[in-house]
Amino acid sequence: MAAITFTVNGKRETVNVTPDTPLLWVLRDTLGLTGTKFGCGIAQCGACTVHLDGVATRTCVLPVSAVAGKRVTTIEGLSKNRSHAVQRAWIEEDVPQCGYCQSGQIMAAAALLAKNPHPTDADIDTAMTNICRCGTYQRIRAAIHRAAQGA
Amino acid sequence: MSAAPEITRREFLEAAGVASLVIGFHLPAAGRRAGGAAAAAPFAPNAWLRIGADESVLVVVDRSEMGQGVTTSLPMLLAEELEADWSRVRIESAPADKSYVNPMLFGMQGTGGSTSVRAAYTPLRKAGATAREMLLTAAAETWAVDKAACRAEKGAVIHTPSNRRLTYGQLVAKAATVPLPGDVPLKDPKDWKILGTRVKRLDSPPKVDGSAQFGIDAKAPGLLVAVVARSPVFGGTVKSFDAAQAKTVPGVKHVVQISTGIAVVADGYWSAKKGRDALTVTWDEGPTGSVSSTTITQLFGKNADQAGAVARHDGDAQGAMPGSAAKLDATYELPFLAHATMEPMNCTAHVRPDGVDIWAPTQFQSGAQGLGAGIGGVPPERVKVRTTYLGGGFGRRFELDFIKEALETSKATGAPVKVIWSREDDIRNAQYRPACYHRFQAGLDGTGQPVAWTHRIVAPSIMARVFPNFVKNGLDTEAVEGGVGMPYAVPNVHVDYVLTDTGIPVGFWRSVNNSFNAFVVESFIDELAHAAKKDPYEYRRDLLGKAPRHLGVLNLAASKSGWGTPLPAGRARGIAVYKSFESFVAEVAEVSVGSDGAPRVHRVVCAVDCGPVVNPDIVEAQMQSAIVYGLTAALWGEISIDKGRVQQSNFHDYRMLRLAEMPVVEVHIVPSTDAQGGVGEPGTPPIAPAVCNALFALTGKRIRKLPIGKLA
Repeated sequence: MAAITFTVNGKRETVNVTPDTPLLWVLRDTLGLTGTKFGCGIAQCGACTVHLDGVATRTCVLPVSAVAGKRVTTIEGLSKNRSHAVQRAWIEEDVPQCGYCQSGQIMAAAALLAKNPHPTDADIDTAMTNICRCGTYQRIRAAIHRAAQGA
Repeated sequence: MSAAPEITRREFLEAAGVASLVIGFHLPAAGRRAGGAAAAAPFAPNAWLRIGADESVLVVVDRSEMGQGVTTSLPMLLAEELEADWSRVRIESAPADKSYVNPMLFGMQGTGGSTSVRAAYTPLRKAGATAREMLLTAAAETWAVDKAACRAEKGAVIHTPSNRRLTYGQLVAKAATVPLPGDVPLKDPKDWKILGTRVKRLDSPPKVDGSAQFGIDAKAPGLLVAVVARSPVFGGTVKSFDAAQAKTVPGVKHVVQISTGIAVVADGYWSAKKGRDALTVTWDEGPTGSVSSTTITQLFGKNADQAGAVARHDGDAQGAMPGSAAKLDATYELPFLAHATMEPMNCTAHVRPDGVDIWAPTQFQSGAQGLGAGIGGVPPERVKVRTTYLGGGFGRRFELDFIKEALETSKATGAPVKVIWSREDDIRNAQYRPACYHRFQAGLDGTGQPVAWTHRIVAPSIMARVFPNFVKNGLDTEAVEGGVGMPYAVPNVHVDYVLTDTGIPVGFWRSVNNSFNAFVVESFIDELAHAAKKDPYEYRRDLLGKAPRHLGVLNLAASKSGWGTPLPAGRARGIAVYKSFESFVAEVAEVSVGSDGAPRVHRVVCAVDCGPVVNPDIVEAQMQSAIVYGLTAALWGEISIDKGRVQQSNFHDYRMLRLAEMPVVEVHIVPSTDAQGGVGEPGTPPIAPAVCNALFALTGKRIRKLPIGKLA
């Protein structure tokens, strides 16, 4: 066990866990932030995507020891009242079906737009590699374009 | 699965191992009490509706939301007739209760078979209309006016001559004293304000900020997390195990044996998983240890040589075959498929001496409750089932295996326990879409018209596992759906079925047996068109004279896709049409093949006739979704077996379609007042044949074995 300190959604947190515990499970089981989802455990699906110092990062294989001193933003901290342009666009387009992958999709899309405010379809193809088993991809693409226009 | 009237609910539950479910417990207290409620109590004229003095309109949704939109479509049915203010509508997930059974699913409370809207279409509208009539009566009595002079509008009753107005919230106390009316009139569809419109989904907001609660998010005081070691071979059992190392892992609290294996119970998932990694288990593999994909293919081929149970017999196909001008033979083979819901299987349970709590992403509340009663040793009414949002269902969550594990582990430890499956557990311990083998023969006359058609289906039976009594004289009528329903005008048809158990468990997978029968029938008719030197669309069209709804969607998909118009070099179109769950869907796929041999689907035009539409936006979403589901399987989906073990384990070797591979999907809905069909599944069956027919048109290579993989 080790005490590890990092910032989550603007709040400093110190957790006492085995250092190899993936950040995903620290967020979910230790901090109770269950918006970030477990999908595959091998960084294939992206359901566990958060922002680590602003960069979209898959947390199911990221040991918590690697985030000491860093800044983590989860879906819960993306905005107040679903006001982020990506969240508004997601609602406008009614993207979610089962919704399980959407936290990760939204975090990936928000990171993309922060870096590239007006992505082309090709940019979206490259950046959005998260799996959605409901096949909402067409609406994800439309929602990203909508968000780029300020939702 | 579809409704089968000859099966009683009790028979099904007994077969499903949940016989202890006692039929006949009570409506929730609020649901029965139409009269005599206290002033502040909500107006609750039936089990689905509670109107509050604060104007809230709470709709209890008694189907599982797994993406298909029931938390929006079902409230729409009720709100339309209620004349509710849609912005006031809130939703709550129904508990397990007799008042919420699905009349189209053997009278059990469950979600499947694309039945939710169809089954609720009349009852929920009536529930809304009844409440509306009671509110109208309450207002008329309050004003001492003729009820006929009052109208209901957007959450209020208005006395038309005087323009006086009382909101539903103001009327709840009075309405609760009004006797339940008898049969109430339903609105003429031309007066609909909500139904048939693109109402926004009620579940979108919580699904964009992480607040939607899925099963895996369940919280309870003192909750422990379990990860289970299961036999690597289907049907294997624990011979012995050594938990010493596992117990040294920090956070591990218990190691207990349950019916499916060894559960390692810890303070969180990561500790439990590490505990399981440290466990030593010796398995008795049982007879399935010798089964592999090769032996299964051999078994299918061998069984295809014997006559099967007759499923359809028109005319004399065998007699007509020799005299035909041309004869075609073809065999097709399809693999097992896993569901791979995004949310891995999980369930939270707390078994206490006085009752059982279950939090589950389940499609089958009756089953969960019966199982809880059996394992907990309590009456069913002491088993509280809370249905969370489901991170995908696709039929996998109609199973009870993950619920049973949570109940057994909680019972063994005395603690509330959440069982979480890893993705590997999920891929390797499913009830798979049946692998199967099909042998066809057809005879054409001199003009290319089919005169004889035979189809032998060699496949495992899902019903033989979940309800053996359904299978009569070797025939599972669900397994041959779509083969029997082959809609083309052929005078001599023979379809038979050889039930072939492989030792690998099979289960309901989005569109079920339709997923393979659509592929083979719609591929083989394409082969006939080619042999007849006819355009595959026109050939189908000319044989569908007596199948107007098939023809309607076929024509619409063809016209919207620009069938027959030129495409850029290296592209081709393919078409398929299929009826399932009483809905009719045609799809045209536009494909190319990359330099590496990988097929690429650029565009899919989908036409659907599902009868009256509740929410066109959700119908479109379901078609898009079903197409992706079927396309993923067609391109790459394969669960293969070696020594009784599943060889795939996670998304790196059980590939999923991703955004960059997504075709443009265009959905066209046929305006229809015909019988209503489902929408969750019917989009899946036609996509594999549409794509393979397009690949044939492009390359001349007929694909008779799925997945497609790479074209040489």
